[in-house]
Parts: sequence; C-alpha cells; structure tokens
Amino acid sequence: MRVIEPVWELGRGLARTFASLFEKPVTVQYPEEKREVRPRFRGRHVLKRYENGLEKCIGCSLCAAACPADAIFVEASENTDENRFSPGERYASTYEINMLRCIYCGFCEDACPTEAIVLGDNYELSFTDRRQAIYPKEMLLEPVPDAAMTTPRKVEPGVYQRSVPEMKDPQD
Amino acid sequence: MDWTIWVEWLIKSLFVVFALLTGFAYLTLYERRALAKIQVRIGPNRAGWQGLLQPVADAVKLIFKEELTPAKADKLVFFWAPIITMVPSIVIAAVIPFGPTTTLFGRTIVFSVANINVGVLFLMAVASIAVYGIVLAGWSSNNKYAMLGGLRSSAQMISYELSLGLGFVTAILLGNSMNLHDIVDAQRNVWFAVVQPVGALIFMIVTLAEVNRAPFDMPEAEQELTAGYHSEYSGMKFALFFMAEYQKMIAISMIAATLFFGGYREFWFLKDTFLSVDAIWNIGPWQFQAWFLGPIYMLLKVVVLLFFMIWIRATWPRIRYDRLMSFGWKVLLPLSLAVVFISAVGVLVAQQFDNNWYLAIIPIFSSVAGLVAVGFVDQALRRKSYASH
Repeated sequence: MRVIEPVWELGRGLARTFASLFEKPVTVQYPEEKREVRPRFRGRHVLKRYENGLEKCIGCSLCAAACPADAIFVEASENTDENRFSPGERYASTYEINMLRCIYCGFCEDACPTEAIVLGDNYELSFTDRRQAIYPKEMLLEPVPDAAMTTPRKVEPGVYQRSVPEMKDPQD
Repeated sequence: MDWTIWVEWLIKSLFVVFALLTGFAYLTLYERRALAKIQVRIGPNRAGWQGLLQPVADAVKLIFKEELTPAKADKLVFFWAPIITMVPSIVIAAVIPFGPTTTLFGRTIVFSVANINVGVLFLMAVASIAVYGIVLAGWSSNNKYAMLGGLRSSAQMISYELSLGLGFVTAILLGNSMNLHDIVDAQRNVWFAVVQPVGALIFMIVTLAEVNRAPFDMPEAEQELTAGYHSEYSGMKFALFFMAEYQKMIAISMIAATLFFGGYREFWFLKDTFLSVDAIWNIGPWQFQAWFLGPIYMLLKVVVLLFFMIWIRATWPRIRYDRLMSFGWKVLLPLSLAVVFISAVGVLVAQQFDNNWYLAIIPIFSSVAGLVAVGFVDQALRRKSYASH
C-alpha cells in the first residue's frame, strides 16, 4: 500500500473535488437575492424624525466637527413656532454629505446629541458625476409617513422649547 | 476526378472547422461552468439562458479590445506567432474519423476530411508545429516573462512528445495500422484502453502536457510568469492563442478517443444492437446504416475526456518545473518504452498462437510496469522531500 500512496493521494483529491460538484452553490445571485446586513452595519446615512414628524437634527454641526474626512457640511437657521422644522431654537437649513469623501466610520452618529443622523443599511450608492455624490438634506431625510406631519409646519407656541430630548443610553 | 468529390471535401472540412470553432466557444463556457460547480459556485449564467450567450459576449469584447504591439517587439514574428499556433490546432482534426465508412447518394463516403494511410504520423507532425508559434510568440514579445514561458513550453512539449509518440506507437501496434479508420475498426470488440490501460493513462497524462493544461501549465504559470508567452498579446491576437489552446484540447481529446476509446464506435455494451454504428435501420421504405450515430458517440467521448481535463485542473496544483522535467524523462519515457515493448510482445504472442486471449498478458504486465514506476516515484519523493525533515 505504501508504494501506491502518491497515486492514492491524487485520487483522493479528485474524489473530493468530484463530491463538491453536487454541493449547493454558495453564490448569492445579487440583484435578485440580497443578504441581510448585520445589525451594526454602517451604510448610507439617514436623518431621522421624531414620531410627530419633526426633524431630530438641530443643526449643531457636531457631526461635521467629528467627521474625520470632512464630508459633512451643515448650516443652521432659526426655528419659529410659525415655521418649525425641529424642536428648539435652530434647525439645519443645509445638510450635505459628500459620499465620495465619507469613510462610513460612524463618528457622526456618535457625535450627534439628538440621535438624528444614523448610518442605515443601504449600501447601493452610485453616481455618474462627482456633483451627484453630494447628497443634500432632501435625500438624506427620512420620508414622513403622513403629509400632515411634514416640516416646516405651524405648531402651538411654547411646546417645543427643548432641543435635546431625554434619552436612554444607546442599546446597539 | 469529378466535381462531386470537391463538394464532399468542402462539406466535410466545413463541418470539421465549424465543429471546432463552435466547440471552442462552448468549451470555454463548459470549463467555466464546470470549474464553478467544483468550486461550489454557479459560474456565468447571465448572458442568455444559463449563460449560453457568454461565448458571444466574450468574442465581442475581445474583438473590440485595443490591440497593442510592444514598441521593441519583432513586429512580423509578433503578428505571425498567433496564426502559427492557431492553424495547426484546426488542421490536426483533418485526419480524425468521425463516422464509419458508408454509402450515401450512391457514393462511398469516408467520414474524415483526409483518409490518409499515415494518419498517426500526420497527427504527430502537426501536433509539434504548435510549439513554434508559442516559442516565436515568447521571443518576439521582447519580454522576459514571455521568453521564459516560450522556452519552458518548448522544453516541455519536446520532452513529452517522446512519450506521446510512444503512445501512438502502442495504438499502431494494437491496431496493426497507421490509418486511423483501421485503428478505430480494430477496436470493434474491445477498446485499446482496456487492452493497454497503462498506455492509455500515459497518453492522457502526456496530452495534458502537450496542450499546456494544468497541472503542466508551466508556460503560462500566472504566479510565476504573469501569462507566459502571451503576456504581451491583447485583443484578437490573444483570442487566437486562447482559441488555439482550447481547440488543441478538443483535438487531443478526439485523438485520445480515437486511439484508445473506440473513436466513433459505440460503447461495448451497445455492440450488435440497433444503436451500433454498423446497424442497418429500416424506417418505412428507407433502409440505411446508422452512420450518424458516429459523430454523436465521438462527441460524448470527447465531452467526457474534456471533463477529465477540467476536473484535473480544478484539483491538482501545478507541478514544479524540475519535477515536470524529471517526471517526463525519468518516469514517463522509460515506462512508455516498457509499455510499447510489452504491447509488441503481447501482439506477437497472440499472433503466434492465433488466439486473441493471449492479449491479456498486455494489461497484466503493463500494470506491473506501471506499479514499478509508481514505486520509483514514491521512493524519489520520499528521498527528496520527506527524509530531510
């Protein structure tokens, strides 16, 4: 038996590869089939809203300050009760992320005092022009479930004074 | 010579060229799908149903690719090398029979483009021309990797051609003819792969080296030589090399099928049934020989042999260059000499006693010779690598 060992080993190799012919392919047929992302996956950013439809973002620019790639640009304006975007004094009138610069580190998410910016699970970003890579606020903002809850809107005076809500510690 | 013979030749050569060209295209798909299956993937399945248009897409892509000629290349040789590689791979199929001799429209038709008496010699001659194209490509590219690839391939092909030739000799001895039609007819009762299993096995190993397939793909070893002799080729010139390689695979499988696996003949268990190529079919008023089964059996055998090549590529790692050489010269050559000797003795003894059962000494003794060779390989491997640890 010792003599035919080299040939035996070659044959064993062939048998193994032949067996794998009948295994189920591990391929994921991508555009039709998609794998679910992990819970802590960092994809495209989303600007969240409160349940009443007001924007969480208060235009504080902490995300822009935290951003190591300098991908975020925020410009804040004053809220009034006639024309309210978010609770508190100010809201982001301009909010832009350059997706070509972003490194998806998630520091903006950590820096945000109101949990307004969250890295979502969308990884299918594409653009054909560098200018298209700059996502404006309209693209980032979460859509409203109900047309009445859209921003800006007129609210009862004196209710939404506090810009940073009471929050639990982040779970995940 | 009347004009009908020209028509016959034209039809037969068109058939062979068409079979090889489409065969090449679909062999690439077959290989990619089979490799993918073995690697637990799916493989190209997007272009057309089950990826059947993938060869077309590849062809279109290669045709429209930019063709570069290196500034310091030998332009003329650089241009001709792919053509010199490509042409023999088609020409070689000219003598391979793909059906039994039959009578159609009142003419005796021989199913090979050229039914020449020295068919085996023709195969040998044409098979060795391809090495020129590869060497010239390597040299004219003016690139060190290409040069090394070309040199390797010439050394390898020349070394293994000896054993290839002796494999042919085995088939000639058993078939008692150099005409491929006669060799196939001699396998009517039993395939030569059964009579001479070791010879057939050596032939298969050597053909892998001849067509530069894994595990003997040293001339184009990606990890060592980028792409070897065709490093500098792009576009359609590269496609010609690619075509040549795959057509040589098909051609050499056809040759192996013809010499050792009964060529266009039916499988042994279908002998004397209505699926035999000699059977006469009676359908209504017509009566004809089932000659059209010949190409089908041939195709089946070629597909199986090609699968072996793909399977081996998916399994075995590339052999080291010095071992490739010493395997060729120190193991395969003596073994194939022994096999030829044993075949000759067996055939002589069978003739002497006029009893074909004496041919049984051929597989017995050649298996012993094969085992001895394996023993030597085992010993050499142990001495060289394991002992030092």
